Amino acid sequence: MEHRNEAIPKGPVMTHFSAMSLLKNALTGNKNWTEQWPDAQPKKEYDVIIVGAGGHGLGAAYYLAKEHGITNVAVIEKGWLGGGNTGRNTTIIRSNYLYDESAKLYDHALDLWDNLSTELNYNIMYSKRGVMMLAHNVHDVQSFQRHIHSNQLNGVDNRWLTTAEAKAFCPPLNVSPDARYPVMGAALQMRAGTARHDAVAWGYARAAAKRGVDIIQNCPVISIRRGADGSVEGVETAKGFIRAKKVAVSAAGHTSVIMQTAGVKMPLESYPLQALVSEPIKPIFPCVVMSNTVHAYISQSDKGELVIGSGTDQYVSYSQRGGLPLIEHTVAAICEVFPIFNRMRMLRKWGGIVDVTPDRSAILGKTPVKGLYVNCGWGTGGFKATPGAAHLLAWTVAKDEPHKLNAPFTLERFTTGRLIDEAAAAAVAH
Amino acid sequence: MLLINCPYCDDALPELEFAYAGEAHIARPADPSKLSDEEWRDFLFIRSNPRGLHAERWRHIHGCGRFFNALRDTVSDRFLTTYPAGQPRPDVTKLEAAE
Repeated sequence: MEHRNEAIPKGPVMTHFSAMSLLKNALTGNKNWTEQWPDAQPKKEYDVIIVGAGGHGLGAAYYLAKEHGITNVAVIEKGWLGGGNTGRNTTIIRSNYLYDESAKLYDHALDLWDNLSTELNYNIMYSKRGVMMLAHNVHDVQSFQRHIHSNQLNGVDNRWLTTAEAKAFCPPLNVSPDARYPVMGAALQMRAGTARHDAVAWGYARAAAKRGVDIIQNCPVISIRRGADGSVEGVETAKGFIRAKKVAVSAAGHTSVIMQTAGVKMPLESYPLQALVSEPIKPIFPCVVMSNTVHAYISQSDKGELVIGSGTDQYVSYSQRGGLPLIEHTVAAICEVFPIFNRMRMLRKWGGIVDVTPDRSAILGKTPVKGLYVNCGWGTGGFKATPGAAHLLAWTVAKDEPHKLNAPFTLERFTTGRLIDEAAAAAVAH
Repeated sequence: MLLINCPYCDDALPELEFAYAGEAHIARPADPSKLSDEEWRDFLFIRSNPRGLHAERWRHIHGCGRFFNALRDTVSDRFLTTYPAGQPRPDVTKLEAAE
């Protein structure tokens, strides 16, 4: 532990994953693998504490160490690593947002997704299988074409498919003109797709721990302590007080509860967002399909399960369950667009607690409290942003100023009125 | 499925009959032109979002159509009580003592 004060701290030694190490360990009975990351106990003080060990928080710790040389960092998690929304989403990755600020932010994340497996030496199974968004009426057609034009001006990949092209791209799709919600075309982002969500958390955790970051699990943060001058002093946790001059909160649905302990009121409400998977079947579904009008989205995991989701429950809740009426609505929507699946049996469902802002855009930056940073408000679409949010949060914490990509995503925009109104753009939770 | 007691219909009915309508007891400013930007922010965007007891509006949209308020625990989703719009937030300690 004393070594942490050296210029280039060394974390634990870990096996480099490669075909060679796989073969070597196979031949020695798989008994010599090192642990993926150590389960750290808190030190008295860190340079930076990150609250929340989801993909965003772990990634921020990794980029702090790798790009800014700040390795005396702790990521503190109330449960287990990646057990919050990182492990509870439908793993969809895309960047076809309407407004310039959002398109640039999510496309930054997409650029980082591209090379992430190699960078982390961890197979996150990023699969660019394409995300197709269905248009069912004239309004959808006009709105998606507006999105496509806006995306193309921003250099973001997105294009229009006719009904026949949509059917060719996704054969299970029902394109009958007699359908209650006929498919009138679709927007396709080919760079978009899915990734293995757990692996994203594990990969970042391992790469961060390797650079000396402490990952402390089963340690709820109770409050943020501020000094006499108002600046951050550290956090009170279940394992005692931990000192740090910089604290970054990246706690998704619980962000407003934690921020309140520092006296910062947040424009957030927390809702359950549910998802469900079917029994595993042979590969049938080649892409991700979203239908905003019928309101559901679907893809097939590499295990063969259909992964299905839709919007949030209607009421504020921290239950991590959600209600059954929403599942019924979601499954009805899937059967409407894909009658082929109407006899599928569903295996399990779950809920994550998502923090939703009034304009449905994230908040990523500084706060009125010196030394306190926040990354929240990703609502129903935080997974896709993981590497981008992590990278920009690390930048903001290290330099005490936002990167130009997250500069518009301030907390102050709710005072100045300079909103980034993706809520109006999508007309549904997204 | 939540069962919600409509205080007008005086019956516990399935969640599907109701529409959620956000946090309760947020009064529109009496003199809007006097408000600072911070006060507008608080009125428009800041919500208490508690992990615990939440006072919230519901509308019996597929029933009597009227708005009412409810006290609900946001962790267990259990309703403590519902009451007509316009009434002050009930005292929780009295409610719990009555149970």
